[in-house]
Amino acid sequence: MSLALARPAAGTRPISPGLLLWSLILAVTLALALLPLPYPKWLSEVPRAWRLGWDKDVSAFLPWLVEDASFGLFSFQELTRAISWLLAWPLEWATALFATGLQRGQGSAAVQVLPPMPWFAVVTAAAMLGWHRGGRGLAVLAGLAFLYLAVFGQWASAMVTLASIAIAVPLGVAAGLLIGIAGFRSRRVAALITPLLDLMQTVPIFAYLVPILFLFGFGPVAATLATVIYAMPPMVRITMQALHAVPQEVKEYGVMAGCTRHQLTWKVLVPAARPSLLVGVNQVIMLSLNMVIIASMIGAGGLGYDVLTALRRLDIGGGLEAGLAIVLLAVALDRLSRATHERAPGSDRRFWILFALTLLGLYLLGLLLPGIARYPEAWTLSTGPFFADLVGWINVHFFDTLEAIKTAIVLNLLVPVRRFLTELPWPWVVLVTALAGWRLGGPPLALLLLGFGLFIVFNGQWQNAMLTVYLCGVSVLVAALIGIPLGIWGGLSRRAWRVLEVVIDTLQTLPSFVYLIPVVMLFRVGDFTAMIAVVLYALAPAVRYTAHGIRQIRPMLIEAGTAAGCTNWQLLSRIRLPLALPEIMLGLNQTIMLALSMLVITALVGTRDLGQEVYVALTKADTGRGVIAGLCVAFIAITADRLIQTGVARLRARGAVA
Amino acid sequence: MLKHLLLSAGVALPMVLVGGHAGAVESNDPIKLTLHDWTGQHITTRIMGSVLEKAGYNVEYVQADYLAQFAGLKTGDLHVAMEIWETTGREAMDEATETGQVENLGETGMQAIEEWWYPAYVKEQCPGLPDWEALADCAELFSTAETAPDGRYLGGPVTWGGFDEERVEALELPFVVVHAGTDAALFAELESAYQRKAPILLWIYAPHWAPIKYEGEWVAFPPYEPACYEDSAWGGNPDLTHDCAKPRGPIWKVAWHGVAEKWPGAHKAIQAFHVENDEMGRMIGAVDLDGRPIEAVVEEWVSANESRWKPWIGQ
Repeated sequence: MSLALARPAAGTRPISPGLLLWSLILAVTLALALLPLPYPKWLSEVPRAWRLGWDKDVSAFLPWLVEDASFGLFSFQELTRAISWLLAWPLEWATALFATGLQRGQGSAAVQVLPPMPWFAVVTAAAMLGWHRGGRGLAVLAGLAFLYLAVFGQWASAMVTLASIAIAVPLGVAAGLLIGIAGFRSRRVAALITPLLDLMQTVPIFAYLVPILFLFGFGPVAATLATVIYAMPPMVRITMQALHAVPQEVKEYGVMAGCTRHQLTWKVLVPAARPSLLVGVNQVIMLSLNMVIIASMIGAGGLGYDVLTALRRLDIGGGLEAGLAIVLLAVALDRLSRATHERAPGSDRRFWILFALTLLGLYLLGLLLPGIARYPEAWTLSTGPFFADLVGWINVHFFDTLEAIKTAIVLNLLVPVRRFLTELPWPWVVLVTALAGWRLGGPPLALLLLGFGLFIVFNGQWQNAMLTVYLCGVSVLVAALIGIPLGIWGGLSRRAWRVLEVVIDTLQTLPSFVYLIPVVMLFRVGDFTAMIAVVLYALAPAVRYTAHGIRQIRPMLIEAGTAAGCTNWQLLSRIRLPLALPEIMLGLNQTIMLALSMLVITALVGTRDLGQEVYVALTKADTGRGVIAGLCVAFIAITADRLIQTGVARLRARGAVA
Repeated sequence: MLKHLLLSAGVALPMVLVGGHAGAVESNDPIKLTLHDWTGQHITTRIMGSVLEKAGYNVEYVQADYLAQFAGLKTGDLHVAMEIWETTGREAMDEATETGQVENLGETGMQAIEEWWYPAYVKEQCPGLPDWEALADCAELFSTAETAPDGRYLGGPVTWGGFDEERVEALELPFVVVHAGTDAALFAELESAYQRKAPILLWIYAPHWAPIKYEGEWVAFPPYEPACYEDSAWGGNPDLTHDCAKPRGPIWKVAWHGVAEKWPGAHKAIQAFHVENDEMGRMIGAVDLDGRPIEAVVEEWVSANESRWKPWIGQ
């Protein structure tokens, strides 16, 4: 498709060769899938004897790394343990400050020396920061968010989570920024880190959880590290992109003013790129809070743990309350950090003195009156069985209707797509992917995609991979159909954006487990349930990027269109959409990434794809199997990403020429 | 200067805080017991923890994933795991004990039951139950759009194993096995079906709150014998294995290999630990169904059963 678009000069001929080629490929593909040809079995999955068996090698590598690897003076494990020891310090202090208080001794022998911050001090601090940064509105928002935690009995867990977030987010942002700057300065570094980023973002976290536990020990530190690994990549990406996008004139001005390289970066480029960098910070916060559930599985405790326990008991209301606490924490932190960056820098000394004095006063008050330092249990609220009853009511009264809708979609969309994809012989699919890579990005891309395809095939993951493509593809399609129109709406209307932003932030940070269980109750275990969960989760970037793309169009161009007498529809279809197309495609790219990352979670409700493979490997602690399946997921993601990115680059180039 | 002071305080203070606490035990370092995400395991672990505390040991509870915890048990980051089920954890446990880093401390006394299960109201529509042979005639009762005309059996997560596909084939049952990914999904479907009084056939395990909360029965397959899984000639189907029920097996305790050396008394106590299915079921019910705090339920057990746990710690 994009090939035909990319060659406007071909208009003189009746049909461009690209179009002809792809029509032919499409025809062959349809014929291969639909004609009842008796394929030999190795075309759908290669026999065991042909496989590479790399999973065994990986499984053997890890014990070597943990037990034998050495740099001479110290072993590899000692190095990683030293890192986790170093990281444990700030984490322990943060936990002491917010949650446990300063303690003497360990375990059950521990005695509290100093209590943690009393709840009213934290609520006041949040409100004060909000007021200082963003005025009354933000003060109310931040204060209420933290008050919710106390009122709904989530305080203790929320503070444990807050402590780990307070360490993970600055770490992720700082590391992401530095790596991003390095990638911006040197092409070679960029070429090196881009594939690593792709892997970090796409290898399902379950795949590297076991190695992390081996290397960094068990507990909050490993959980924090996993969080940073998961949450950092968007920051790196956005940093590189934002620095490249700083207008050339600004850079030249900096050079003319005699900036050193250091000054140019920190005094000119980074401030100039600030609005885009904020999107990165926002993503780090959101993704960190996203990890709360998984982090709790490996010893982080906190809210994620509460969500899991509640849902184990089918306590939907309890799960939702804890899940909402995560959302509110995310929203409050995100808005506070954003307001911080949007403010003009200035001297705040008086505020900080007041802030410190207030906190100290409230802390002392808590010491004097220990009875009120903890939020009294009698004052807590709970929705109790309300939500469970609500789901039960829907279940009893509307199950048949829902079942009919579901059956229609399953039989008419899911099953045909699945059959189509799983019946295609792998040599053809790998060939076509490589061909697409060739046309868009030349031989290097073609070779890369060919390598990915063969890796999947000869590790015996072809059927799993196609099931992954099917579930992810259908979900992305649905997410795009819903998300892009919403994004356009949000881009055009500020008021709509305000509502949409809350909705997508909620969807992105509400642990999917919270809605997965009610969805299972209404739609049973199966692909449809998984699809709903994936769509809900992966919707956010489609909306966010589309809105961003629409908004960043220079008003000049819109005015030109209006002056030329365009109707609103023409403004949208001729100016806004084409100009926003690169952003929309990047949003789609992110949607695909999120959909793939969600597949591991949907494995928890019983899908049968690479996500399940990774999950099975985790539960069997089979590192090699998990890593190989995780790499297959990553390769699918990178294939999609490269094709879209090169397509977008072509679109951009065309836009610049036109 | 100030920065320097803060820095040194930051490093020194927690060091000063570690230690103290006198007791008659071998080591005052905390014994780390792992907690997973199901209630029964919390109760088991906290009973063990309370008993160890009574003996003067320092105990710490650490949240950890059921299978991922073996990484920590091998390295000594974690010390004791109180519930490894024969039925779901055997493979990981064997892998860990083979390394010599993890030690099996014997059975907890509880027996894991895992089997096909149906709610009591299904019996009205399929009177031949619980005998497994009745399932063949009732398959349509359990069918859905995706599985029709076959019945749908909701199995546990793939990782639980269980050989349900093999069982369906060997017993020639007209059923399709659908796997739930987690037990939360499993019980969500049960809850949903139970609300609508809809027929459902699924994998349930005990000790758990589900067979307490929902009225129902286990399907009666030909009883398990090791020969059934190994010898195809065994049982009703002469050509295939797995033509019988699932095995029932013990729930094990495991520990880091260093426990025996560092806390010998605790090691003995953990080995001696013993509870029964029934009392565990009642305690799980008290927590999950009556909403009582785990700590209170555990406390109750400990004060009511002094004569049982005192010998564990040599008192």
